[in-house]
Amino acid sequence: MNVILKKAQLNQHTVLYELEAPYIAKKANAGQFIILRINEFGERIPLTIADYNRDLGTITIIFQTVGKTTLDLARLNVGDSIQDVVGPLGTSSHFEKVKKVIVIGGGVGCAIAYPQAKTLFKCGIDIDIVAGFRTHELIILEDEMRQVCNRLFICTDDGSYKEKGLVTDILKRLLDEEKNYDLVIAIGPLVMMKYICKLTELYHIKTIVSLNPVMVDGTGMCGGCRVRVDGKIKFACVDGPDFDGLLVDFDELINRNNFYKEEEKHMCKLFGGK
Amino acid sequence: MSLKRVAMPVQDPLIRQTNFNEVSLGYSEEMAVDEAKRCINCINKPCISGCPVSVNIPEFINLIVKHDYEQAYKIITKTNSLPAICGRVCPQETQCEAKCIRGIKAEAISIGRLERFVADCHLKNGEYIEHISIVNGHKVAVIGSGPAGLSCANDLIHLGYSVNIFEALHTPGGVLVYGIPEFRLPKEVVESEIENLKKLGVEIQTNMVIGKILTVGDLEKMGYEAIFIGTGAGLPNFMGIVGEDLIGVYSANEFLTRINLMKAYLDEYDTPIKKGKNVAVIGGGNVAIDAARCAKRLGADHVFIIYRRSIEEMPARMEEINHAKEEGIIFKLQCNPIRINSNDKGEVSAIECVNMELGEIDSSGRRRPHVINNSNHVLEVDTVIIAIGTSPNPLIKNTTDELQTNNQGCFIVNDQLLTSKLGVYAGGDAVTGAATVILAMAAGKQAAKSIHEYLLNKY
Ligand SMILES: Cc1cc2nc3c(=O)[nH]c(=O)nc-3n(C[C@H](O)[C@H](O)[C@H](O)COP(=O)(O)OP(=O)(O)OC[C@H]3O[C@@H](n4cnc5c(N)ncnc54)[C@H](O)[C@@H]3O)c2cc1C
Ligand SMILES: Cc1cc2nc3c(=O)[nH]c(=O)nc-3n(C[C@H](O)[C@H](O)[C@H](O)COP(=O)(O)OP(=O)(O)OC[C@H]3O[C@@H](n4cnc5c(N)ncnc54)[C@H](O)[C@@H]3O)c2cc1C
Ligand code: SF4
Ligand code: SF4
Ligand code: FES
Repeated sequence: MNVILKKAQLNQHTVLYELEAPYIAKKANAGQFIILRINEFGERIPLTIADYNRDLGTITIIFQTVGKTTLDLARLNVGDSIQDVVGPLGTSSHFEKVKKVIVIGGGVGCAIAYPQAKTLFKCGIDIDIVAGFRTHELIILEDEMRQVCNRLFICTDDGSYKEKGLVTDILKRLLDEEKNYDLVIAIGPLVMMKYICKLTELYHIKTIVSLNPVMVDGTGMCGGCRVRVDGKIKFACVDGPDFDGLLVDFDELINRNNFYKEEEKHMCKLFGGK
Repeated sequence: MSLKRVAMPVQDPLIRQTNFNEVSLGYSEEMAVDEAKRCINCINKPCISGCPVSVNIPEFINLIVKHDYEQAYKIITKTNSLPAICGRVCPQETQCEAKCIRGIKAEAISIGRLERFVADCHLKNGEYIEHISIVNGHKVAVIGSGPAGLSCANDLIHLGYSVNIFEALHTPGGVLVYGIPEFRLPKEVVESEIENLKKLGVEIQTNMVIGKILTVGDLEKMGYEAIFIGTGAGLPNFMGIVGEDLIGVYSANEFLTRINLMKAYLDEYDTPIKKGKNVAVIGGGNVAIDAARCAKRLGADHVFIIYRRSIEEMPARMEEINHAKEEGIIFKLQCNPIRINSNDKGEVSAIECVNMELGEIDSSGRRRPHVINNSNHVLEVDTVIIAIGTSPNPLIKNTTDELQTNNQGCFIVNDQLLTSKLGVYAGGDAVTGAATVILAMAAGKQAAKSIHEYLLNKY
């Protein structure tokens, strides 16, 4: 049982919870995630550890309501508890010898990109953040992101806030303007990550993506989270979720993420659903 | 005296293929006593040597004849802490029953069924045995709550240790809860065996993935003086053929976990599952048979088991193969898949196979299958379940420097089940690769004994 200590509605579809999870807080690192199950009848769903406080024994999750489980989750309140929370799962992000990095977040992907940017920024690395949203109302974590980068670029699909356009437009501009970026970290819808990788491949820049296949156990037991990286089968829950984006077979994953489209009876607004 | 064993009453195949209730209904008291009377109480008790945990078989069977089921239960549980489970899923025909004298000229005694009868009687009517707890003040950690971990914890708590089990999933039981389906092993049975352990004082912490939240090193620092690793062999293998990543392809572990642990077959649970109309299961072990029978129960019209050797070579229990046949599962033998085809939506549309002939005996003692040229053929299916085996999970090994594994990823241990790291023991599928419940239990018992000796010497 993990008690909800704080709740914040970041936008109409995005909720932040601070959870009591002392053991997880002690071990969590950027790039890792938890799997939770709200109650006995619930699904197990993975959510990134957006932040943690080792002293207070808390972790933060930020999620978008896209289906049954996330909607049920958003209905909880401070003082309620979540039956099962397991983590920290996955390997934490490791970036060696980088000096200047572009971190890109698409939609709720910003919740996952933010802790990565924060970790790197704290190590004295030059960070530019590019954050893309569909429209003004959906913007999250603007202030938080601004504090962990040199420059923050925001764009919206419909031009309702800051620049109109896609993250790839801004990325291309940055890569043309400056030659000394040595890494791109991209987190968001699969389609977005796919096109980012197509672009960075042309510029020969290493690109790390965070993948989000359907998961069950998160320990390497079910194989449901398998993705093809460099032609080999990898389990995102233990080998990832971060991978070298230039080696990922995105089309295969985009297809597999529609596995339960019929069963879930709705379209995935979050990650690459078609 | 009857040459034949008393038949086990079962649910009618036509009815049972539409529900998840237990297939074998269990002996009535009268049936159990009749069957027990067939045992001739041999002087040298060969049956006991066939049981990996040496249950005193003739003694407990004799108590059934005397209608003293509670005493029979006490005899069994002297060496077997999970009789309701073993009575149901042990491969008795190759173990205790294979050694039974009566099996030479007639049918062997149904030892497993009698064991189940006694255990079920106890679960229903048995008195709760108060545990006189001797507490010796020493702490042991058990990683994994499958049969290996549970039996190790059971023996350790009786020896006076305080025992903490750390389990990665949200429910304890290992394969007993996430793998073996309800219709073969009701989860209620597993739960009550686990409840018994808790009553004895064993603490079980779920949602604890060792290697992530805590490492073996952390456990040592927390004051655990010995550690038992019973983490099983849960990592699914894939075939590496084209089409394995299509929508509609499952590992058996994922399919069975969704059904058994996550109860996808019950409406009140949120777990999604694909209910295929035509399902191909690849493999020939218990796992393949269980997946096939689950698929049938979810409403499939045709379920095929595709296996590259013949029925004699199948590792699954004969009783389960027969039950599957009665339920209409179609066995495609000496047949091997070479690719999975898709429709334009990226979903499985068919599986392409070749036929095999069996040649010379190979290192596994079975005849090696060879492809028959030009035997390619296509089976139209919408779901493919891959059940070609599993390996141990590397999480703990990767986070503990001194632990050694072989090239299959199995922990290397000595006869006492000591790993390459002092104070750390391992057993069950994590050491042997996928095996059986009773072998995992026997390993858990051996480890408890070794840990006790180790700690006695240390203090
Ligand atoms: C490692 C990882 C980290 C993630 N971090 C975040 C995060 O920080 N914030 C956030 O909003 N979302 C995150 N997600 C996605 C999140 O898990 C899904 O949005 C959630 O599972 C949807 O559940 P649902 O029942 O509400 O929707 P559903 O109706 O069940 O499904 C909506 C879509 O979500 C995806 N999905 C469903 N079940 C799962 C599952 N068990 N595992 C993975 N994907 C699934 C599918 O593509 C599906 O089409 C992460 C996913 C992964 C794999
Ligand atoms: C579908 C199926 C059907 C079977 N049918 C039969 C049968 O009829 N008869 C029979 O005798 N055998 C059968 N078997 C085999 C039998 O179930 C196994 O041999 C037995 O369960 C092994 O026991 P174990 O305790 O070693 O491991 P498991 O039962 O696998 O338990 C290991 C436990 O450790 C946990 N774990 C793993 N890693 C970690 C970690 N890092 N931290 C914490 N916990 C962890 C797992 O979640 C799991 O709960 C079957 C197996 C399957 C899959
Ligand atoms: S535990 Fe298994 S092998 Fe031993 S007597 Fe019981 S059924 Fe037979
Ligand atoms: S070998 Fe068979 S008949 Fe003899 S004691 Fe054992 S169970 Fe009874
Ligand atoms: S989620 Fe099951 S193997 Fe990764």
